[in-house]
Amino acid sequence: MTVYSEIDGTSTKFRALAIVLGGVLVAGLVAATYMEHFGHYVTGMSNHIVWGAPHVFAIFLIVAASGALNVASIGTVFGKTMYKPLGRLSGLLALALLIGGLAVLVLDLGRPDRLIVAMTTYNFKSIFAWNIYLYVGFIAVVVVYLWMQMERRMNRYARVAGMVALLWRLILTTGTGSIFGFLVAREAYDSAIMAPLFIAMSFSFGLAAYILVLLAACRGSERELGDVIVQRLGRLLGVFVAVVLYFTVVQHLTNLYAAEHIGVERFILLDGGIYTALFWIVQVAAGGLLPIALLLRSPPSDRSTSSRRVALACALVIVGGFAQIYVIVIGGQAWPLNLFPGMEVRSTFNDGVVASYTPSLPEIALGLGGVALTGLIVLFGLKILRFLPATLANSSLDPKMLHESSH
Amino acid sequence: MSVKTNIPPATKTFDPARRSFLGSAVAAGIALAPGVFLYGIGTAKQVQARSLDEAASSSVRWGMLIDVNRCDSGCDECVTACNTENGLQGHGRPETDAQWIRKIELRDPASGRQNSLPVMCMHCEDAPCVDVCPTGASFKRPDGIVLVDKHTCIGCRYCISACPYKARSFVHEALHDQKTHAPRGKGTVESCTMCVHRIDDDRQPACVEACNSKGGGAMLFGDLNDPDSEISKRVATYATQQIRADLGLNPGVRYRGL
Repeated sequence: MTVYSEIDGTSTKFRALAIVLGGVLVAGLVAATYMEHFGHYVTGMSNHIVWGAPHVFAIFLIVAASGALNVASIGTVFGKTMYKPLGRLSGLLALALLIGGLAVLVLDLGRPDRLIVAMTTYNFKSIFAWNIYLYVGFIAVVVVYLWMQMERRMNRYARVAGMVALLWRLILTTGTGSIFGFLVAREAYDSAIMAPLFIAMSFSFGLAAYILVLLAACRGSERELGDVIVQRLGRLLGVFVAVVLYFTVVQHLTNLYAAEHIGVERFILLDGGIYTALFWIVQVAAGGLLPIALLLRSPPSDRSTSSRRVALACALVIVGGFAQIYVIVIGGQAWPLNLFPGMEVRSTFNDGVVASYTPSLPEIALGLGGVALTGLIVLFGLKILRFLPATLANSSLDPKMLHESSH
Repeated sequence: MSVKTNIPPATKTFDPARRSFLGSAVAAGIALAPGVFLYGIGTAKQVQARSLDEAASSSVRWGMLIDVNRCDSGCDECVTACNTENGLQGHGRPETDAQWIRKIELRDPASGRQNSLPVMCMHCEDAPCVDVCPTGASFKRPDGIVLVDKHTCIGCRYCISACPYKARSFVHEALHDQKTHAPRGKGTVESCTMCVHRIDDDRQPACVEACNSKGGGAMLFGDLNDPDSEISKRVATYATQQIRADLGLNPGVRYRGL
């Protein structure tokens, strides 16, 4: 039977981390107030690029939230007992990421004060309206799922709750991808592949975030974390990263085949400046190929080196993930709408011109504020409730799984 | 020229707008249909423009026909008139200043042929901005005019991303000296209203008026559902085009000579 315990909230490390995260969160709130007071002209956004850096942060966090629940699903839905002790943290992180992402999304609205309007007035033809239900529902579903996992008398329902949560998050990420997939007029979006691509991204980014949080939590609270778990999660992440690369290849090959989309593909893949650099260097090389090389080769025998290697790969996946969402969201808007195919156009409103965007400090501060909120929820969650096993040493694991891992 | 709100005889048919009218008649119940029927069998062809306490009618489809051959490259009277009418003051920041109507200069690289034309909200029958709006703030009036309800717009900008015509602007700063007939709001999205306040007052949109009085007389406004209106007659007589007709949105703004 796994024993769970709270982390020590009186340690210097805990307090220092809480103060740093709290400071970043306050900076984010100040930035949001500043943008709200003066209006969005103080940001890098414009009438041509209407979703900027805050959306990149928000979408990353929301997508990662869905994937952070992978570990819980593997334990309770797919019956892999080795993952069961990891399930509670998985649920907590999923909640924290979603709340952090939603906070950024809401605070970047033109009228965040009208949140109540968004919650009470719906147009059900809008995928945005659906997403409001999907996001709020996800919070409820994960809370129930955590309860089933943490309350011993309710454990027998954990599998059902886990199944509901799994289906819910697949639908949720389909909804997030479809925000872009349903935009018929935008050449970089308008594709059914956005939904499965976003699901693959969620698995990859969410698991990377989970492994990093697990490593940090165990290290910070001086709990033993066996290399079997870390290596196994790392190999799984390697597979997810490969799946994201696969969908990315299909996404661009499909677009390249259509003559009408060659312009936008040339922009992203060849001469789009920052977007091309982010795509090839950060998203594909640093965030895709390098993590695969680190994760899927046989680990070094030294335990701390192998953990560091997995941690490095996770960090690279997260950086690559931000780059990928930046290229999709901002690169996709930078490419001009094609009102008159085959014609050269010019106007006072940037028609026919690639739009420029430079993230402003308040936008980045707001985005980082969302990350800090996520961190604070995890930190205080671990302090208040028993999310983390007292030990995750190899010897604490299910012997059958250990045996499998040794082969 | 005054705008006549002619209600077409019930026996006449006119494609998609007619269909949507029939749909809404079913949904709205029996109140509207007998009225149209009575007009259909009545003798009076011309009726007065509706009063302000009367709801907009789906028997009307307001639209514009823009003759590109009469639109001069150096002329932007329509743009100036729109800005004046709706109180769109620039802040010297072209990236964020609102533009409800703009002039686009076109050049065919193969032939070198050049055109100039105004582009604004196309007031689509199947408007993507209306579809994607989470709160329903983007809406279409029964007479085809697409508007934003400034009280329920949360400023998510999804409609700007969805509009194929780049017709919408986001209000990036606090506004002063607004026109009472064209309310705007910081943090909300806006676009051409087809000068709905003028239409409801039996007048023409400001851009059309300016084009006809000071410009090349390229813009014609009227009821696309009324077969006797000038716009319907011209659309029936000449080849006209829709921008991005491939999207199947049935825009209310048509072009000739594109």
